[in-house]
Amino acid sequence: MLIAAVLLLQATVATPPPGEEPIAPYMQADANAGAKPFANDQLWQAFHGSAGVSRIVNDLVARNQKDPRISDIFRNQDMVRLRRTLKEQFCYILGGGCTYTGRDMKTAHKDMGIQQADMVALVENLQAAMRAEHVVFAAQNRFLAKLAPMHRDVVER
Amino acid sequence: MSRSALVAALALLFAAQPASAGDRRWGGKLLLTNGVTSVEGAAGGGLATWAVIAGNETRDGVGGKVNATLVALPDFDLESFGAAIGVNDRLELSYTHQSFDTRAAGAALGLGRGFTFQQDIYGAKLRVIGDAVWDQDSWLPQIAVGVQHKRANRGAIIRAVGGRHDRGTDFYVAATKVLLSRSLVLNATVRATKANQFGLLGFGGDRHDHYRPQFEGSAGIMLSPRFVLGAEARTKPSNLNFACEQTAVDAFAAWALARNVSLTAAYVDLGDIATVRRQRGAFLSIQGSL
Repeated sequence: MLIAAVLLLQATVATPPPGEEPIAPYMQADANAGAKPFANDQLWQAFHGSAGVSRIVNDLVARNQKDPRISDIFRNQDMVRLRRTLKEQFCYILGGGCTYTGRDMKTAHKDMGIQQADMVALVENLQAAMRAEHVVFAAQNRFLAKLAPMHRDVVER
Repeated sequence: MSRSALVAALALLFAAQPASAGDRRWGGKLLLTNGVTSVEGAAGGGLATWAVIAGNETRDGVGGKVNATLVALPDFDLESFGAAIGVNDRLELSYTHQSFDTRAAGAALGLGRGFTFQQDIYGAKLRVIGDAVWDQDSWLPQIAVGVQHKRANRGAIIRAVGGRHDRGTDFYVAATKVLLSRSLVLNATVRATKANQFGLLGFGGDRHDHYRPQFEGSAGIMLSPRFVLGAEARTKPSNLNFACEQTAVDAFAAWALARNVSLTAAYVDLGDIATVRRQRGAFLSIQGSL
């Protein structure tokens, strides 16, 4: 039964959602999001829910693609998938009740050669996107505190 | 370590940078996470030395800073200029020159108007464990150990007021933690020192002449990525019979004007200095970093 469920899961992953490129099969789990979610939806509200997080992620991805420090890392990546999985991940962690369907942080960033300074550049772009969405600074920091430990899986050099 | 040796070491490190391939890089720290400049030239708050390493570099590069600081008190002025380098966010080497102008009080103390005490401070700090900023899932702070070798220039006066030495070395352990989920930055430092008024009045004295642990604490709240408000306290030994020393306290605001420039303004209370009471005033510091 369990094996059947796993096979079913993998089968769904194997056919990519519209607009996305195929990806090697992997086990889906909320734990892949790399952080435990907040217990209530206070932060989700502070980020203006689904619409707010969607704007933040779109803005973040656009800023990263324009940022000369890290734009190379995003070249030839599936941006449609990145936006979708980031929105799921943010929603899951912020207590928005979503399921995270993406890969774990280590696999997702494997062989990208990401350095600490690259992660800092991304954090600065995320701060700018959250500021543009008028997310209160203390709420921004509570979210960043969840993301910060991911440096151990993301940074590989 | 002489000044020229430090300059040579600096030149060597910076010259070595381009040779060490493309993975080495400048910058990369989040704003203000390298602290500001403490009174002895190490990265820290205004009064306290923190466990953070000077410069904007990450583990993948070298960085550094220069600073100018003025402490304007009712009866004295303290000016200091310094520079530090940070290597791989691991090792910090610093040099600071302090100049303490007694102004009119110098005449009252029998030293002469505008009599100035000076001091050179050579510092080294090593980050031992932890990451103050990134390890947000752990209570472990960033911990660093360090030494500050201080050379005061007024040996004769220092001995005349009961001081024992014009040179001394402080040893410290500092722990710094950013509690991002609370927007707080906290620091605690224990320093073994004999210094009288940070060393400007020498080391050891006619009351005590042995190392005693002293405490430095800081707490700050981050109001934006560019702005931190906080307060500090620092205990000092009271080794001299002729003048008591009290705990120094400050309330500070640190502002990152740009990626490479920060300004710190504080209200500081240094207590009594050389029998002159209640030295409370302004602490202003500008720091440029790369």
